Amino acid sequence: MSTVPDVIARRPAGEIPEYTKKDFASDQTIRWCPGCGDYSILSQVQTVFAGLGIPREQFVVISGIGCSGRFPYYMNTYGFHTIHGRAPAFATGLKATRPDLHVWVISGDGDSLSIGGNHLIHAMRRNVDIKLLMFNNRIYGLTKGQYSPTSEVGKRTKSTPMGSIDAPFNPPALALGAGASFVARSIAVIPRHLRATVQRAHEHTGMAYVEVYQNCNIFNDGAFAEFTDKSVRSDRILELRHGEPLVWGKTERKGLVLDGLLLKVATLGDGVAESDCLVHDETDPTLASLLVRLEGPDAPLPIGVLQGGPPHLRRGLPGADQQGAQDPRQRRPPQAPECRRHLAHRLIGCATSSARSRSFRRRRPVGSAACSATSTTP
Amino acid sequence: MATAATQTVERVVIRFAGDSGDGMQLTGSQFTRTTALAGNDLATLPDFPAEIRAPAGTREGVSAFQLHFSSHDIHTPGDESDVLVAMNPAALVTNLSRLRPGGLIVVNEDKFGRRDLDKANLDSNPLEDGSLGDFKVVSAPISSTTRDAVAPFGLNSKKADRCKNFFALGMMYWLYSRDPQNTRAWVRKKFEAPYLEANLAALDAGLHYAETVELFQGTYDVPQTHELPEGRYRFATGNTALAIGLATAAGKTGLTVFYGSYPITPASDILHALAAFKNYGVATFQAEDEIAAVGSAIGASYGGAIGVCGTSGPGLSLKAEAIGLAVSAELPLIVVDVQRAGPSTGMPTKTEQSDLLQAMYGRNGEAPIPILAPATPSECFDVALQAVRIALRYMVPVLILSDGYLGNGAEPWLLPDLDAIPEMKPSFRTDPEGFEPFSRDPETLARPWAIPGTPGLEHRIGGLEKAEGTGNVSYDPDNHQRMSELRAEKVARVQQVLPPTDVYGADSGLLVLGWGSTYGAIRTAVEQKRSKGIDVAHVHVRCLNPLPADLAGILDRYDTVLVPEMNLGQLSRLLAAAYPVDPIPLCKIKGLPFTTGEIEQAIDAHTRSQA
Repeated sequence: MSTVPDVIARRPAGEIPEYTKKDFASDQTIRWCPGCGDYSILSQVQTVFAGLGIPREQFVVISGIGCSGRFPYYMNTYGFHTIHGRAPAFATGLKATRPDLHVWVISGDGDSLSIGGNHLIHAMRRNVDIKLLMFNNRIYGLTKGQYSPTSEVGKRTKSTPMGSIDAPFNPPALALGAGASFVARSIAVIPRHLRATVQRAHEHTGMAYVEVYQNCNIFNDGAFAEFTDKSVRSDRILELRHGEPLVWGKTERKGLVLDGLLLKVATLGDGVAESDCLVHDETDPTLASLLVRLEGPDAPLPIGVLQGGPPHLRRGLPGADQQGAQDPRQRRPPQAPECRRHLAHRLIGCATSSARSRSFRRRRPVGSAACSATSTTP
Repeated sequence: MATAATQTVERVVIRFAGDSGDGMQLTGSQFTRTTALAGNDLATLPDFPAEIRAPAGTREGVSAFQLHFSSHDIHTPGDESDVLVAMNPAALVTNLSRLRPGGLIVVNEDKFGRRDLDKANLDSNPLEDGSLGDFKVVSAPISSTTRDAVAPFGLNSKKADRCKNFFALGMMYWLYSRDPQNTRAWVRKKFEAPYLEANLAALDAGLHYAETVELFQGTYDVPQTHELPEGRYRFATGNTALAIGLATAAGKTGLTVFYGSYPITPASDILHALAAFKNYGVATFQAEDEIAAVGSAIGASYGGAIGVCGTSGPGLSLKAEAIGLAVSAELPLIVVDVQRAGPSTGMPTKTEQSDLLQAMYGRNGEAPIPILAPATPSECFDVALQAVRIALRYMVPVLILSDGYLGNGAEPWLLPDLDAIPEMKPSFRTDPEGFEPFSRDPETLARPWAIPGTPGLEHRIGGLEKAEGTGNVSYDPDNHQRMSELRAEKVARVQQVLPPTDVYGADSGLLVLGWGSTYGAIRTAVEQKRSKGIDVAHVHVRCLNPLPADLAGILDRYDTVLVPEMNLGQLSRLLAAAYPVDPIPLCKIKGLPFTTGEIEQAIDAHTRSQA
C-alpha cells in the first residue's frame, strides 16, 4: 500500500515554478512586535525555501505555542499550529506516514526545552527526518516576560523578581547528548549565516536541530549583545566551517588549540601559528561537545554546523530532484579535514611525535582505526 | 483404558488460580482455544494482579482465569465456577467465594505445607480443617508428579516445577473430554528443547494421572453448540478484534492506519496485535509518552492517514489537550480508551466504566466528540470500523470506550464477510477552485480534507479559533459562537448514521439500560427473568454521544429505567440531563464485572416494588 494517497498528483519536474521569497509569504498580517528577531528568521526561511526547487505544496511547517508558534501562519505552505511543546510529535506522525513531505518544526526555548523537552529529545534519538528551528530568546515572550529554561542564573523577570536560581540548559549540548545527528547554531541578526544554516539543515537526511539566537526586544532586549553587537561581533563569534581552522578575530586573531583534553583560546602570532589550531570537523562528536562547552570571557561563540552527522546523511546538491536527493550514489561526501590537525588525531595520535598521543594510542588501539577512517580524503 | 462414565452437561465454568508466575493465564487460554475448537460457545475472564511477580505464595500474587463454556449461546464468563483449580493455598482461599456450593476443587497438595500456609496467612490447613466441607475436593500431588514426569529432560527442580501448569491442564482436558492435540501443536511451536519435551510430558502426565488414579467420579462432555450461526469462527479478545477492525479499515479505505501508542495496561495488546499487521496497511509507533502518541496520530491524520491512538484512563487524561486540537482543527482521529479502575493509577488490571464523563467532558472549552462503546469482545471489530466511518465522514475525532473486561475477555467470533462490509473511500479535496479549508458539507457539516502535497491547497490550521470558511485566525465574537455551535451540531448529526436502537423484551414496565461490557450480564439476567414470566426489557446503547435519536421515544414507554454501570452512575447522569427520566443507577465499582445474579436481584427489587 502506498503511503501517499493516490489523489495527490505530483507535479512533473519541469512544472516547478521559479519561486521567489514572496511566493512563500502568506496573505496574513504579521503580528510579531516591531523589531522582533522572528522577522529575520521568517525572511531567511522564505528565501531558502524559494531556492530549493521543491514544489511549495511539499513543505509543511509545524509549530507549538509561543511567539514562534505563529510562524506557520505567515508561510504560504501547508502549516499546522499545534499545542505547546508537542510539535515534534505531530511532525513525527506526519513524516512517518508521508515521507514525501518536507517537514519543518518551528519552536522556542520554552516550547522545546521546557514543556516539550521530552518530545524534542526523542525526535533526536529517533533521528526522524524533520528539521527543527529552535528560536532561543531566553525568555517567555508570549506570556509577557517570565524566565525560560535558557535564562541565565540571576535573571530578574516578572516571575523571578529576586533573580532566577535555576541553571539554564545548554541547548546544543542537550541535543548532542540526545543523539541528534545534526546540530547547528545561528543568529537571527546575521541573515547570511542563518540562510546558509537553514540550507544545511535541509540538506541533512535525518533530524536537523538548529538553535537560532533571537532577540526579544520587548522582554529580554540585548540578550546576545555580548556576541552580536556590531562592535564586538567579529571578535566574539567563531564561524565554523568544515575542514577550516578554528580561528577568528578582527582586532586580534585567535584560535582554538588543544590543551590536555580541553580547548584553549590562543592568540595567534604569540608562538602559536594558525597551523597549530584545530580544524573543524562536522563528523566528530567529540569536537562538537567541546565546542558547545566553551566558556569564559575570551571564549568565542561558535556558530554554524557543530555536528553534521556521518557523511551518508548529507543530501545531494540543492535543486536535485527528490529521487536524486535520496539516491545514495549521488550523495556528496564532505571533505574530511587533513588528518594531522584533526581533533581525533591530536587526541589519539596518528603520525605525531607527541608522547601523550603515543600513550593514548597504546591504551586505545581503536584510535588508529578512528583516525584512518577520518583521514581518507576522496 | 478409561472406565469412568462420561456425563453430558450443558455448561461448565472452570476457574484456574495460582501464583502469577504459575502460568495460569496460559493454562486458561489454552483450555479456551481447545474449547473453541470443540465448538462450544464461551466467555472468559482473566483476573490477574498488576504486579508481574508478587511474592510467591501470597494472596496478593494470585492470578486467575475463568472460562465459561456451553452447548448454548452464553453472554458471560459465569457468576460462580463449577471447578476451581488451585495451585496453592492463597489461590484456594481467595477464589473460594466464587465457587458454587458442591463445586469441585482440584488442589496441588504439594503446596500445602506449613510455609505455604504461612505465606497465605492461614493458621490451619483448609484441606484438613473441614472448612471445605461444602465442596468436592480432589487433592493431587501436582508439583511432585510433574517433577517426576519431566525428570528425563534434565531440568533443574525450579524449571521442572514450572511445567506443572501443563500437568493441571492435562487433568482438566481428561475431565472435560477435550482433545489435547491443539495444545500439543502449540507447545511444539512455542518451545524449544528441553522445555518442549518437558511441557508435553507434563501435559500427558496430567492426562494419564487423572485417568488412572480415579480421583474423579467420571468425565464430562459439553457437546458442541448448535445455537451459534454457521460459519468460520476464531477466538478473539476485544483488543484483538479491535485491532483486526482497524486493519480492515485500512483495507476498506485504502489509507494507512497509523497507530501511535504508549504502552499501558490493559490497552497494550492492541499495539502488539497491530504491530504484526504491517502488511495490511498498518503502521505502529511506540511513542515516548501518551501526548506524543496522540500527537503523532493527529499528525498522521493531517497527512491523510487514519490516525489512531489507544490508551487507558490515565492516558486519556494526558491526551485531553491534543484531542481538543483535533476537535478544533476538525481532523479525523480514533482514540481508544480501554478503561480500567481509577482514579489515578487505580487498579490497572481491573475493569471499570468510569471514564464516560471524562470522554464526554474531559477537555477544555466546548469540545464534543462522538463516543462509541462496544458491548462484547467481537463487537470491538464492528465498532472500530464504525468509528473510522464516522471520523472520515464528519472530520471529527471519535472515542471508543472499551474496558479491561472486553479487551482481555474472549469469545468465539464469527469471522465477518469482508465483501459485505462497504468500502469507505475518503474524499480528499484536490480542486483549488473556490477552496476554503473551513467550508462545510451541507449534510454532514464536515470540512474538506485537504492534505499536504496537494498543489494549490496550501493553507494553515491550528488550535486558534478559525474564521468560518477561510480558516484564518479569528477573535470575532459572533464567529466563535457560530463555530462552537457548528462543531456541536456536526457531532449531533452523527445520529444520521446510527442504526435503530434494538429493544429486547417488554415494551413497558421495567427497562434495564446499559452500555459497554455489561451487556452479557444484563442480557443473561433479562433472559432468565423473562423465561420465568417476569416482563422486563433490555436496551444496550452503543453510541453514547450523540445518544440515538430514537432513545427518547423508547425511554418514554417505561415506568422504570434501571441503569447498571461499573461506576457511580455516569450514564444515569447523562440520561437525566438529556431526557425527562429519572434513571435508577445500579452501581458496581469493585474492579469486577457484574454477575448475572446481581442484575437479577436488582430486577427483582424493582419488579416487586411495581407489583
